[in-house]
Amino acid sequence: MLLIPCPFCGPRAQIEFAYGGQSDIVRPKTPDAASDQEWAEYLFFRDNPKGSHRERWCHRDGCGLWFNLLRDTVTHRIARSSPVDEPRGGNA
Amino acid sequence: MKQRFSFGALVRGAAGGHRHWQPQWRTPAMKRRYQVIVVGAGGHGLATAYYLAKNHGITDVAVIEKGWLGGGNTGRNTMVVRSNYLFPESTAIYDLALRLYEDLSRDLNYNIMLSQRGIVTLAHSRAELDGMARWATALQVNGIDSEIVDRDGVRRLVPTLKVADDARYPVVGGFLQRRGGIARHDAVAWGYARGADSYGVDIIQNCEVRDLIVRAGRIAGVETAQGVVEADSVALTVAGHSSVLAAKAGFRLPVTSYALQAFVSEPIKPILNTVVLSPVTGFYVSQSDKGELVMGGALDLYNSYAQRGNFPAIEGVLSSAVEMFPFMSRLKLMRHWGGIVDVVPDSSPIIGKSPVQGLYLNCGWGTGGFKAIPAGGFTLAHSIAHDTPHPIAAPFALDRFATGALIDEAGASGIAH
Amino acid sequence: MARMPHGGRIDRTQPLSFTFNGRHLRGFAGDTLASALLANDVTLVGRSFKYHRPRGVMAAGVEDPSSLVHLGIGAAGEPNARATQVELYADLVATSQNCWPSLRFDLQSGFDAVHRLIPAGFYYKTFIWPRWSLYEGAIRRSAGLGMAQNLRDPDVYTHQYAHCDVLIVGGGPCGLRAAEVAAARGDRVMLVDDQRELGGSLLWRGAGGIAPDLPATIGALATTSNVQILARTTAVGYYDHNLVVMHQRLTNHLGKAAPNGTPRERLWQVRARRVLVATGATERPLVFPDNDRPGVMLADSVLHYLRRYAVVPGRRAVLFANNDPAYQAVFALADAGVEVAGVVDIRASVSDALAAELARRGIRLFSNSAICATHGRQRVRAVRVGAMPSGPTTTLACDLLLVSGGWAPNVHLFSQSGGKLRFDDAQSCFRPAQSAQAVQCIGAANGLFDSAIALREAATTALAPASADLLQWPSAGAGAPGTGDPLAIQPFWRVPRGLGHGRQWVDFHNDVTVDDIALAARENFVSVEHLKRYTGTGMAPDQGKTSNVNALAILALETGRDIAAVGTTTFRPPVVPVTLGAIAGRHIGGLYRARRLLPAHSRHVSMEAMIADYGGWMRPEAYPLPGESFEEAVRREGLAVRTRIGLFDASSLGKIEVAGPDAERFLDHVLVTRVEGMTVGQIRYFVMAKEQGIVFDDGVVMRLGADRYWVGASSAHAAHVAQTMDEWLQCEWPTWQVTVTDATRQWATLALAGPESRDVLSTAGTDIDLAAERFPHMCFREGLVANMPARVARVSFSGELQYEINVHAGHAVTLWDRLLAAGASEAIQPVGMEAWLGLRLEKGYLVVGIDTDGTTTPDDVGSAAWRKKTANFIGRRSLMRPHALRPDRQKLVGLLGVDPAKRLPVGAHILASPSALPPCATVGRITSSMLSASLGQSVALALLANGRARIGETVTAYFDGQRHMATVVPLPFYDPQGARLNA
Repeated sequence: MLLIPCPFCGPRAQIEFAYGGQSDIVRPKTPDAASDQEWAEYLFFRDNPKGSHRERWCHRDGCGLWFNLLRDTVTHRIARSSPVDEPRGGNA
Repeated sequence: MKQRFSFGALVRGAAGGHRHWQPQWRTPAMKRRYQVIVVGAGGHGLATAYYLAKNHGITDVAVIEKGWLGGGNTGRNTMVVRSNYLFPESTAIYDLALRLYEDLSRDLNYNIMLSQRGIVTLAHSRAELDGMARWATALQVNGIDSEIVDRDGVRRLVPTLKVADDARYPVVGGFLQRRGGIARHDAVAWGYARGADSYGVDIIQNCEVRDLIVRAGRIAGVETAQGVVEADSVALTVAGHSSVLAAKAGFRLPVTSYALQAFVSEPIKPILNTVVLSPVTGFYVSQSDKGELVMGGALDLYNSYAQRGNFPAIEGVLSSAVEMFPFMSRLKLMRHWGGIVDVVPDSSPIIGKSPVQGLYLNCGWGTGGFKAIPAGGFTLAHSIAHDTPHPIAAPFALDRFATGALIDEAGASGIAH
Repeated sequence: MARMPHGGRIDRTQPLSFTFNGRHLRGFAGDTLASALLANDVTLVGRSFKYHRPRGVMAAGVEDPSSLVHLGIGAAGEPNARATQVELYADLVATSQNCWPSLRFDLQSGFDAVHRLIPAGFYYKTFIWPRWSLYEGAIRRSAGLGMAQNLRDPDVYTHQYAHCDVLIVGGGPCGLRAAEVAAARGDRVMLVDDQRELGGSLLWRGAGGIAPDLPATIGALATTSNVQILARTTAVGYYDHNLVVMHQRLTNHLGKAAPNGTPRERLWQVRARRVLVATGATERPLVFPDNDRPGVMLADSVLHYLRRYAVVPGRRAVLFANNDPAYQAVFALADAGVEVAGVVDIRASVSDALAAELARRGIRLFSNSAICATHGRQRVRAVRVGAMPSGPTTTLACDLLLVSGGWAPNVHLFSQSGGKLRFDDAQSCFRPAQSAQAVQCIGAANGLFDSAIALREAATTALAPASADLLQWPSAGAGAPGTGDPLAIQPFWRVPRGLGHGRQWVDFHNDVTVDDIALAARENFVSVEHLKRYTGTGMAPDQGKTSNVNALAILALETGRDIAAVGTTTFRPPVVPVTLGAIAGRHIGGLYRARRLLPAHSRHVSMEAMIADYGGWMRPEAYPLPGESFEEAVRREGLAVRTRIGLFDASSLGKIEVAGPDAERFLDHVLVTRVEGMTVGQIRYFVMAKEQGIVFDDGVVMRLGADRYWVGASSAHAAHVAQTMDEWLQCEWPTWQVTVTDATRQWATLALAGPESRDVLSTAGTDIDLAAERFPHMCFREGLVANMPARVARVSFSGELQYEINVHAGHAVTLWDRLLAAGASEAIQPVGMEAWLGLRLEKGYLVVGIDTDGTTTPDDVGSAAWRKKTANFIGRRSLMRPHALRPDRQKLVGLLGVDPAKRLPVGAHILASPSALPPCATVGRITSSMLSASLGQSVALALLANGRARIGETVTAYFDGQRHMATVVPLPFYDPQGARLNA
């Protein structure tokens, strides 16, 4: 069971959280202008890296807030967690 | 030509202490160039090589594997074979697989121990039984065997199952595919490996493919731990690692890799004679020929390339086991492990061309890759040989995500959304 | 003299009787089943898996490969119990497994006679023609092991969770020493051991006075407040972020004396800041011809039985070894008066000290020798000793053969944690090399076999600073490899062919021999993973604890590689088999998955409703009267709504409050339908889609105030809808001033439906003006109902005049009673889900998930209004993809059965060509269906390709071999003008 550091509540057990996949998926501002392929990229295509992954979790059975996590998908080592609206920067 | 396997050969072998058996596959030196390179020596990759040679006469083929052949999901799954899917496109490809499986032991001269003992899918409510009526009918109109069974029918098939009204999920019925069952997973990989090898295919183990060489939008070869190898065509059959290799070729896939866990109990004498699956609890179980109960359930729902899972999923799956099969409570878990599955948003595979010319894909089987091995190899071999998709695989092209023509096996069950 | 007259850690004042295969035997408290069997001179305990060879107790701990028995009888029975791990209790009943008709005379031992025909992997080479299934039944019956009973487990199991600074696994000398120092520093320490008493090897092996004094140390630790000691507890799994799962046996050792209701076993999940693995090492057997006979035992295990249980498992012993420590066992035997016929050592010579000890006891040494054969059928009677490499042989009579091939550190947990191993050539074993989590091995588990060094190392390691952050585990350091004298050992993996001819067993449970490994290598199964799978080595319940290293060493020899190059297999959890019931714990029965109950649940129960699970909610399906069938009840309830009045509990309907200055904008972005332009007090139907354009949910939205809306999502999806809205809000529009609050469970919703509902609501008492012109359909009002604050909505899923009365959930029962009382004069009927679903079907209202699936778009179900919207709402762009615009998409339509008395089957598929026979193309399916009592018709909803253009056509539906004719009609079936719901 992963120990996930909620940026608001501190480290909590994995079962308190919901997973939301890759972070920073940008929703096209003018979807009607997006091509079918671009729309499909937004909807379905993901980085899915083996290694460092910036992803979104929600502390569902806690504060209820979404946040970003930088986690290694092989070792599950968590390098960083940050509020979802914090701008990207540094190693994140 | 390979030695034939038979009872007679075993008897003859016994006299000589079985010293006459030859390697089931060679350990060849890798050439610098092949007509076709298949990356990944799991079931799908080996089957692709086998059918390239057998059906299309293409034998200048290397299957390159970073570990040991059959050591990925082919050797880690729960051995279930079935073709009870919902949409005609799915039933066509999974039933092609099942039909090939039905003849595979003889075709390969290798006993894959196909045991068509039937698979029962359980309904726990009136609404689910309606859903299964749809499912069973969908199969029937596609020419696949299936029958609705009532509660007593389920009880007769699976006497150890708790069906009572006071169960959290009482069993009200289900549907049965008699041709479903299990097959010995390792034997499928080994049989295809031996078959492909006998046609001259080079199976290169312990040689990681580190990069794909693309020139002017066209595949030119691969860079491996043992150097560069050129090829006219390259096929990726690497399941959970598809995204990693796709990234090397410069494109992304609608694939997420998750850990899926599997569990076996200590061996016991026969007590369960069908495969049982409950879509609501997510639990499935069968008993291997050795006597172990082989169980599975939900994914560990976060991206993972670690071939192991975590405890919440283990607790979830095994409490389903004990809740649904009270007799299992006093049995012991002997072993559990995980594999990396490649899940696609519509839970259907991606077979055929990639954005790079000459680079072919076979991925996205998610939790259902084993049952599809023969069809995955069969249709991919066709795609490579003709540079055009096999008709059965055509609906599973990558462009469906742009057109929206998804084959949504997960969503269509009406449960998961 | 199986039991010594004195000594051991057994309680001779407490004799216990037990039975084995029906034979009455006696042991003492403190015995294991294995020690008690050996004390009774029982050496034949079971049969091996494949050849049904006789098997006895070979070891004293979890590593024993073969002593699996069936314990107990009936529902409380346990198959595959390991005799070495079973503590003896009064009236224990044990039975041998996998043998018929008896253990001594097992017919299936005939497989042994034809073993040449069935080498490793034989089944891959045969049973091909005509098909495997013809042979499978017989093979399955002869495989398997114990027998499971199809009975409900009478015991309960429980779970516990804990945190600590340092978890020490193993209460042997190093574990105790580490616990002492860590505790003294103030760490919160958990110390666990799988035995009933702590001490580990100190219980049978001295440590020359340098080890902790056992009773004093344990006593001190037990009274230290920051130390928790758990005996009978095995750490079985190491998961991510330093979570260790442990399996504790609570009452197994008590037998029938176990108190009722006490959990049988407890599963622990411990999050430890650091884990110290002090699990010791496992002795390896030597591999030589016929090394599998009962009476062949691990040397240290014999010492274990002698010292701890005062049991001597033989009268005349021989030792076969390749290392120094193994000699301690024969010295102890000799000192206890057992005749030692000889010591056979692979090594050319032994140290002077050992030679002197041998000489002092008059024990003959065969150096540079190996055992090349054993004799005896169900027990070893003699061994043949041959000088290496092919020299003359001597036969020694004996009934006990001690073997020792070296030691394998118990690195299972370390390896599970992701730690890397390396092969230590000097000591011929795999040792921890680099850890991936905050775990370190100490003592023999770290390959330190010298007690003094190991104890010093344990103390140092325990004092190492803990990382402040559990997630920042050290990147290296598995416990520095100790310096000092390595184990004096000479590797020896099998007897060369020149010296012996019999089968040499490697895996004693699954019957894997050296020849099997050689065969695998010959056939190019040269990866250790291939070897394991092809031969079955290490795949038995013991998971190869005694066989894995031998197997891969032999594979290395057969393939001309180093052991390090062959590598080792992955250690998969659990370390020892764990009861499934313990893993399930309390999460079965009523606690398996939460049941959500309606706030008036008690009333539905008292009215004897049939209750079923609808999307996690336990809801009444129908309220049958005495003597009434389910179908009759559904019909009666439906007609009551159509003709007079019914009462329906709709409390599970979602009630999601969306509030804030940006609420309207937000809703127009998450809903397909429009919210813009709603007035306060107004209600609108909504459809919500996923970004992929698929229908996610539908329901009604109410405007409560200027900045407040109530979203009435469907029961099954409400929670998910609220979560999804909140996710969009937080992640896509974080600056918008909106809050989303799921208040579903704070409210009860009871619906009065039917032409009399206005009168009944009035009778129940309300200050709300119910006049149709002032309170029309699709509006809500707030006021008092039966003196309770209420929000009353005029919406209608039933198609009749209908009021949904929302009150505080705590008032549900009162309101239910008051409405029933108010409607008594109108013969009000409680209405269950099935009738309710029928009523909506007559109105042509869809249920998301029943009449839609993961491919259905809003357009498909007739919600085209989105095209007028400008908002970039969720799912919009997906509705413009080519596939969503295809003319042949399946649309929701009505079907009238051509035979009005025959129900159209749900799930039936509509054939593309009425004359075709399956397999054939289909163009749609029936999603909901009923025989409508109020319409006198067979009606159904269907998804039909291009359905709206096919109104009036007759279609053929196929179901289970039958065809059903139906006419395509527009929706709804009932009251198309809506006169009744607008009444």
